[in-house]
Amino acid sequence: MMRRSHVFAALGLIVLILMPMLTDAIGQASLLSLVTRALIYGIAAASLNLVLGYGGMVSFGHAAFFGIGGYVVGILFQNFSDETLFLGLFPGTNQMLITVPLAMLVAGVLAAMIGALALRTGGVQFIMITMAFAQMLFFLFVSLKVYGGEDGIIIRKVNELPLLNMKDKATLYWVVLAVTVAFFLGLRQVINSSFGAVLAGIRQNERRMAALGIPVFRYKLYAFVLSGMGAGLAGAMMANAMRFASPDMLHWMKSGELMIMVILGGVGTLLGPFFGAGALLVLESTLSSWTEHWQLALGLILLVLVLGTKGGLMALIGKVWARK
Amino acid sequence: MILFLEQLLNGLQFGVMLFLLAAGLTLIFGIMGVINLAHGSLYMIGAYAGTWVAAETGSFWLGIPAALAAAALTGFAIEALVIRRLYARDHLDQVLATFGLILIFNQGITLIFGRQPLFTKLPAAFDGSVEILPGLPYPTYRLLIIAAGLLVALGLYLLINRTRVGMLVRAGATNREMVRALGVDIRLLYTAVFGLGALLAGLAGIMAAPILAVQVGMGEQILLATFVVVVIGGVGSIRGAFVAGLLLGVADTLLRAFLPGLLRQLMTGPEADALGIGIASIGIYLLMVIVLLVRPKGLFAVGS
Repeated sequence: MMRRSHVFAALGLIVLILMPMLTDAIGQASLLSLVTRALIYGIAAASLNLVLGYGGMVSFGHAAFFGIGGYVVGILFQNFSDETLFLGLFPGTNQMLITVPLAMLVAGVLAAMIGALALRTGGVQFIMITMAFAQMLFFLFVSLKVYGGEDGIIIRKVNELPLLNMKDKATLYWVVLAVTVAFFLGLRQVINSSFGAVLAGIRQNERRMAALGIPVFRYKLYAFVLSGMGAGLAGAMMANAMRFASPDMLHWMKSGELMIMVILGGVGTLLGPFFGAGALLVLESTLSSWTEHWQLALGLILLVLVLGTKGGLMALIGKVWARK
Repeated sequence: MILFLEQLLNGLQFGVMLFLLAAGLTLIFGIMGVINLAHGSLYMIGAYAGTWVAAETGSFWLGIPAALAAAALTGFAIEALVIRRLYARDHLDQVLATFGLILIFNQGITLIFGRQPLFTKLPAAFDGSVEILPGLPYPTYRLLIIAAGLLVALGLYLLINRTRVGMLVRAGATNREMVRALGVDIRLLYTAVFGLGALLAGLAGIMAAPILAVQVGMGEQILLATFVVVVIGGVGSIRGAFVAGLLLGVADTLLRAFLPGLLRQLMTGPEADALGIGIASIGIYLLMVIVLLVRPKGLFAVGS
């Protein structure tokens, strides 16, 4: 069993590595951009899943961290290309080795601030308060004309990495893939660590964990910050891949989309959010190429999936797997 | 001062609209424990059905029963087909399923009515404006909305506090399991509450139709503000929905009306307007954060 899943993982990775050649071979260059986006959304959804699935904190405001990651890249690029200073203090840059870690840092600080306040509530109130913070950020960036207001910032050139030609779509894809794999391995490490065990314990019975002497609030906040940093990473990569950072990345519909990817893939599973992200993007793009009314079909598919399966795609895969 | 009063009334009018939507949502939420994202779709369906009938018959008043019937029937249908299967599920499944419903309804409406927004004329009797104070003419139709909203609030108050059904609803909001254990046909109660919520959403939809553009997506625009009202007021509390609805409606309208002007005195150019509108939009969310930090269960928390 174990060995078979390793074989599948290796096969999947090989297919992903060879993806640029595959899409070239079938003459579908746009497919590569779809896979790139699916990987990035996978990072964002898996980050959300850390708090939502493993920690039991239903955040409806992860677009805040996703968007702020994108805006860090965008603002740094704008300062770089205009040769201006951010807030009159810092110069901009287009070096990915600076922009992406900085995006994660800013998203983490933001998550620490939002989490410290939002985690005082629970249940539905937590859902709404996280959404409220994200919406505030959304309206703030909509009203900041310096950064394009509703139109956002166009990033004319992808961030640079030493020794690599980032203008090449395939190179960018491989960079995204490498980041995704590194993120996935790191996330797996976190979830399998004692920290992950504590987090799962808090989800199952918060009071019991507190009685065991675990500082529950602090653990939840750590998880929230980690999750925010992951979403910030995804936002920064997305801004590079789309060469664009806009308020849309901060909108509550984006939070909802990330949540749907997690639920679709399977809440509280390692690979689920990646499958969910891929499935949603592939569904959207194939359905919209077939019919103008693709949302109708997507809505029906989501409805059937929820009512028919418990636990999303991962549960479905598990069933098929067990039948063999 | 006159301008302020006028905006206050506008805020009140927006507030009662929010209340009509939030009243149903807070009951569905509080009693059945279902997060119904498709509540905005019922509002949209009410607006479309009412506008269409009003245009076909030439009478706005015939549009009202049509809107109520369409919204209530849709409500019953989705309760029986979808929501009923979700009671035992967690909130996440409910979010995904009702999000699917939003997509289906939005696209369904687009298929039937097209992408162009519909407009409807004000009913002839309420076309003009009336001078409520010397020098302050105010559109009679908006006064009608305020009056209707307050009337519905009074009706709901009597229904919830003075009738047997209302007693069950209050009991359900406080402790759902106990009501079921006492042998109440909870299924019937759920269906009735969902239908009532849908009816109120449909009423809000048709009342908003003459002053807004009736278009696909109108439900989602107001849905978020409605959820904010529900949470500020306290989940399951009609009184909370009423207070929070009016509070939010007035606060939002006043901020939008006056903040850009205030900022313009501090800074110049279009930036002031953009920033003013942006900060005004932040207002309701900031209000919710403050309320929740002080009272984590909302202003009028119900149950345990």
